[in-house]
Amino acid sequence: MSDEQNSVSDILEDNTYKYGFTTDVESETFAKGLNEDVVRAISKKKNEPQFMLDFRLKAFAKWKTMKVPEWPNVHYPPIDFQNISYYSAPKQKKVLNSLDEVDPEVMRTFEKLGIPLDEQKKLANVAVDAVFDSVSVATTHKKKLMEVGIIFCSFSEALQEYPELIEEYIGSVVPVGDNYYAALNSAVFTDGSFVYIPPDTISPMEISTYFRINTEETGQFERTLIICAENSYVSYLEGCTAPQFDTNQLHAAVVELVTLENAEIKYSTVQNWYAGDKETGKGGIYNFVTKRGKCQGDGSKISWTQVETGSAITWKYPSCLLLGDNTTGEFYSVALTNGHMQADTGTKMIHVGKNTRSSIISKGISADYSSNSYRGQVKVGKNATNARNYSQCDSMLVGDKSSAHTFPYIETANSSVQVEHEAATSKISEDQLFYFESRGISRENAIEAVISGFCKEVFKQLPMEFAVEAQKLLTLKLEDSVG
Amino acid sequence: MLEIKDLHAGFDGNEIIKGISLSIKKGEIHAVMGPNGSGKSTMAKILSGHPAYQAMSGEILFDGKNLLEMDAEERSLAGIFMGFQYPVEVPGVNNAEFLRMAHNARRVKAGEEEIDPLDFDDLLSEKMKMLGMEKKYKERNLNDGFSGGEKKKNEILQMAILEPKLSILDETDSGLDIDALRVVSEGVNKLHNENNALILITHYQRLLDYIKPDFVHVLSNGKIVKSGDKSLALELESQGYDWVTTAN
Ligand SMILES: Nc1ncnc2c1ncn2[C@@H]1O[C@H](COP(=O)(O)OP(=O)(O)OP(=O)(O)O)[C@@H](O)[C@H]1O
Ligand SMILES: [Mg+2]
Repeated sequence: MSDEQNSVSDILEDNTYKYGFTTDVESETFAKGLNEDVVRAISKKKNEPQFMLDFRLKAFAKWKTMKVPEWPNVHYPPIDFQNISYYSAPKQKKVLNSLDEVDPEVMRTFEKLGIPLDEQKKLANVAVDAVFDSVSVATTHKKKLMEVGIIFCSFSEALQEYPELIEEYIGSVVPVGDNYYAALNSAVFTDGSFVYIPPDTISPMEISTYFRINTEETGQFERTLIICAENSYVSYLEGCTAPQFDTNQLHAAVVELVTLENAEIKYSTVQNWYAGDKETGKGGIYNFVTKRGKCQGDGSKISWTQVETGSAITWKYPSCLLLGDNTTGEFYSVALTNGHMQADTGTKMIHVGKNTRSSIISKGISADYSSNSYRGQVKVGKNATNARNYSQCDSMLVGDKSSAHTFPYIETANSSVQVEHEAATSKISEDQLFYFESRGISRENAIEAVISGFCKEVFKQLPMEFAVEAQKLLTLKLEDSVG
Repeated sequence: MLEIKDLHAGFDGNEIIKGISLSIKKGEIHAVMGPNGSGKSTMAKILSGHPAYQAMSGEILFDGKNLLEMDAEERSLAGIFMGFQYPVEVPGVNNAEFLRMAHNARRVKAGEEEIDPLDFDDLLSEKMKMLGMEKKYKERNLNDGFSGGEKKKNEILQMAILEPKLSILDETDSGLDIDALRVVSEGVNKLHNENNALILITHYQRLLDYIKPDFVHVLSNGKIVKSGDKSLALELESQGYDWVTTAN
């Protein structure tokens, strides 16, 4: 025991530890490598309660026995988990003096998306003036939420302030050993977001990670937990359309949602991580995420909407566990791949309660050399009388070098169940675009019209401004790929 | 208005149009006839700027501007309209929405404001009525699942909305039933005036009973082998193409 403690404090205080790596004193980053001591050190560094450490250790023990999943339809060189540093104190992103210093590619995207100047500055981390003080915007919002009793804070803060809520719910949706990357995240996560909506409360605004204005880099292993109590409602937005870069290649987040009786959570994501060099695919982010919601209380509902446009590799299946009777799970997804991107994404709808409903609308767009797979599972347990599922998975191919795949899995153990699955594949053709152009409509507007037509059912689910931006983002990504 | 000078053109280096010269003035209607595969649609695509087709030599001037230097969008905005022989289907894009986009593109080009959606709806209703089209075609997606004749009507509806200077109608008559042919022809006649011009590509003299051409040209193997007035179409109808193609 004392040996162990020594090495933990070695990691914490001394920057040289037994693996012989050294780290830069200033940056407060652990040396590369992963073992139990590193896990303990993270917990200690964050001054966590005992249950949290136990949770991490259990996850780590589990992780060591697990293997990297090979079933997704994605290919990448093996990741060396000992070559990653698992803790770094919130790094400040470099503050720039003006937009002139921002990468021109990023600026081009901002312009195309029509992001207002002040917001551009904030996103690119240019020092902002008093007109748009992002920190104060964030505080005003937080205050407004607090007035109705909604808790919205960082995961670390929640662990200090509301440990009993976290202890009750963490791992209750995604168990520590759920899958390889979830186990890793459970062992080493550093921060994330926590939301609690008290009973009988409709959130007065959309809650967004966007308000949690980071001058910090997003963690590699993020953890999000949202609990929506009886009769409450919240809409939560994650990510943004602006391109995001990160020095960390591997991202393995875990998101857990819980709805109590008659509660509803609507969770929307727009993801635009750097996808790597368009020609070679080098340098892109690996995005291996576990997102799951549990409709625990009767009559509750969880709805996932995602617009995935970035990352070199996406491996992500936002799912719903429909435990309560009369619960509803929804999944609306647009996944765009171009360049050499690979995406294997979809959902799982697990029907346990009676009269449970789920619907899946998935739209995959693949361009260039990319590969886009939909993988969906609908599982109906023996007690789920009258469960219903509707799935629709459409693919659109752009050019003739990309590929689209659908892998639906349906398992039912109850005969009163209705499951419907529809799938279609279409193409944006040069002739369609010419048709628009021959009517004086620009190529850009033509692509936008075709794509937004294809994604209509999904965009409808997004908050208005988000939908408009997301649509523009897709057009921008496809402009070079069509024709 | 349109001046084609010794045009050689085709796709991927295959020469389909083998030296065509043609001059079209404001107010004129030209009919182009000719056997299958003679290059009529290719000619139309070259005029409208389809990227798969290239000119190898020769010149096309439209209102004095070099058309070959303009892309399809610019040509459309300059006033060229092509009614396709096989209009493409675009699922997911609403027909009325598409027409409004096209209409607005012209207004923006002219430095005007975009049209109020309600005003556009009125305009659209009026034009649809003229062509005997039911309201439901506003709701439908662009050509998606349209019958052959419905697609052709929809092309003329676009022409009516865009009011082009030069319209090239590629076999708009094929696929239309007898009543539709009359209604569509009347519509085209209403749209025609001394400031615009028409090129009608057709296989049938019947269309020319409704829309009276000033000139008839016969295209064979990529060349205009004979030109004349309306009586030429009648002669072709009775004698077939052998008569002109072998005489050449
Ligand atoms: N993209 C293409 N690929 C292959 N062949 C082509 C292409 N475009 C045109 N052609 C060929 O060029 C020739 C002329 O075709 P075009 O469509 O212009 O004929 P047309 O006069 O319009 O015939 P129709 O009366 O049948 O409509 C045909 O032999 C056709 O097969
Ligand atoms: Mg033809």
